[in-house]
Amino acid sequence: MTAEAAQDDVLVSVEGVVKYFPIKQGIVFKKEVARVHAVDGVDLKVRRGETLGIVGESGCGKSTLARCVTGLYPVTAGRITYDGEDITGFSRSRMKAFRRDVQMIFQDPYGSLNPRRRVGSIIGDPFAIHNIADGADRKKRVQELMELVGLNPEHYNRFPAEFSGGQRQRIGVARALALKPKLIVCDEPVSALDVSIQAQVINLLKDLQDELGLTYVFIAHDLSVVRHVSDRIAVMYLGKVAELADAPALYEQPRHPYSAALLSAASIADPDEAERAERIILIGDVPSPIDPPSGCRFHPRCPKAQERCVAEEPALVVRDGDAADHLTACHFPVEPGDDLTRAHAGISQESTAPALPEATT
Amino acid sequence: MAGKASKARGAETIDTAATGAAAAHTPSAFLEVRDLKIHFPSDDGLVKSVDGLSFELERGRTLGIVGESGSGKSVTSLGILGLHNRRNAKVSGEIWLDGQELVGATEEQVRRLRGRDMAMIFQDPLSSMHPFYTVGQQIVEAYRIHHDVSKKAARKHAIEMLGRVGIPKPDRRVDDYPHQFSGGMRQRAMIAMALSCDPELLIADEPTTALDVTVQAQILDLIRDLQREFNSAVIMITHDLGVVAELSDDILVMYGGRSVEYGSVEDVFHRPEHPYTWGLLGSMPRLDRDRTERLMPIKGTPPSLINLPPGCAFSPRCAFEGLTDGKATTERPELRESAPGHKVACHLPAERRRQIWAEEIAPKL
Repeated sequence: MTAEAAQDDVLVSVEGVVKYFPIKQGIVFKKEVARVHAVDGVDLKVRRGETLGIVGESGCGKSTLARCVTGLYPVTAGRITYDGEDITGFSRSRMKAFRRDVQMIFQDPYGSLNPRRRVGSIIGDPFAIHNIADGADRKKRVQELMELVGLNPEHYNRFPAEFSGGQRQRIGVARALALKPKLIVCDEPVSALDVSIQAQVINLLKDLQDELGLTYVFIAHDLSVVRHVSDRIAVMYLGKVAELADAPALYEQPRHPYSAALLSAASIADPDEAERAERIILIGDVPSPIDPPSGCRFHPRCPKAQERCVAEEPALVVRDGDAADHLTACHFPVEPGDDLTRAHAGISQESTAPALPEATT
Repeated sequence: MAGKASKARGAETIDTAATGAAAAHTPSAFLEVRDLKIHFPSDDGLVKSVDGLSFELERGRTLGIVGESGSGKSVTSLGILGLHNRRNAKVSGEIWLDGQELVGATEEQVRRLRGRDMAMIFQDPLSSMHPFYTVGQQIVEAYRIHHDVSKKAARKHAIEMLGRVGIPKPDRRVDDYPHQFSGGMRQRAMIAMALSCDPELLIADEPTTALDVTVQAQILDLIRDLQREFNSAVIMITHDLGVVAELSDDILVMYGGRSVEYGSVEDVFHRPEHPYTWGLLGSMPRLDRDRTERLMPIKGTPPSLINLPPGCAFSPRCAFEGLTDGKATTERPELRESAPGHKVACHLPAERRRQIWAEEIAPKL
């Protein structure tokens, strides 16, 4: 991919972004009783022309972050700049213009297309909303788009139900491309598809990037897919970035124990390799983002955790011996040759089975 | 067609069971499925979900069934357990579990086996557990159906099982409702329920698809350990080739309700002979290989099970269909042995297939 995008040519900059969702209780007076810390202080830069992958388990805040970047959610705190402008302060009309440049592809090709509207009008929607083309011109443009993503333009008048999952995802891609955006945020674009179809859509996204010079933020939980498409990858855990690095560097030498565990847990489609693979089995589940652990959020499950991890939150910085753009948020990063399967934590490892909030009355 | 036939067969099975006489076919394997067909009549036509499937499975071994959605893998598992709707499914063929034929068996007979001799782990533990009963109650119910024990003893057993599958504080957790468990824990509880009667055949239908990778690794480890402990036969149904590579001894690749390739893990991953298996391997981005520039997807989309393409169901998507002198579009390929224990349903000559794999496919993976 266009990995040679200039290092400092930043398209989107996320600075200290925080997004909380209040949990309210009460019948007449809604009182905020707790908050879901969905995104809790994230700094990221997306360079022009690159693909930034975001991986993490469910509930780590990757989708919320994506929606903040596209302006679908207002942020609780922090700044998101697009091309140098702070989008958090955009007026309605400015936001509308911004949304031309930034589009989104959603995960579920069944839920994201209105079943009662024809494909032509779904893909033509962006033209209607932004008053760009209508009548015959719109139809022509829509058919060009359909051809671009590999759909038969003659199917203009069909309903989404007449298409298979992979074709529906192509419709979603065509709609996202309609306004010639610069940035496309793909939120799990292929996880609902079968393997053979998944590969078709991944190839399509790659071809379109080369052809149109797009920038992608690519969110997925499938590590092999993310590695395949991304130039750089951010690993998220409980609303924070645990590690940020070039894709090859991250997969060859993960520094954060969570990245290492995530990579080791991925299944390998080769019986011999699978036999040899050493699993780092983490204890328990991801803790609740309502009440995240103190210090490093990974400490209750981390095989290397020490006292310091409980007390002090690690900063996302370059650790010893890493390249300048390999950032890790860990006090005790994994060293080459470390065997995490045999590592012993200096603190007691507690199970993080979700403690459901006791009924707050 | 099925009504009369299956009734007749049912009678026959009971006869043989009653007299203990040798049946027409004496199965040698623990589980043997022969020419299984499961068809569903619908307004649009007959849906041939499973169309002539045969395989064998021994105790202590794991069979991985791989295929895309709509390939018939889940229907196969429901058919073995007798969980399909008897009124609208037409089942034919034979399923022998430990010497007992299941296709013709009465519902009562199957019910006695289900849970005790064969059990299933479903994909989505949230919708397959009853939200209204505690996890403990559900395990107790399953256990007491097959065992004549007091509620207290059954509860003790449930707590023990929950502890066995790694649920912390099982004596307290046993009284929780399914929604109070996380996804991974629910799947553990599901496994505890399935194993509570120590079944000899365990069918896991996409047991980790709804889970995160780190939890998936925990659950796969658990299934592997428990299988060793109980020496059960496991059928692992999944679309994830990584999961089967890890857990299975043998692999069955399904396409359009039929098996296209059947062999040991090494056969299927290192010497695959069916173009569909090649396609699956080529479609997957892999962590253990170099980051290649392009994936090699299979063109087209999976076929409709009502109107399967004539001949080989995969022929419209197959890149090598032209090499069969038109046989692929006219004649249905049989599952034939191409090497000992390795069966392939393809019209391409075996030598040609091996040559294509070695020269054209393998180097690009």
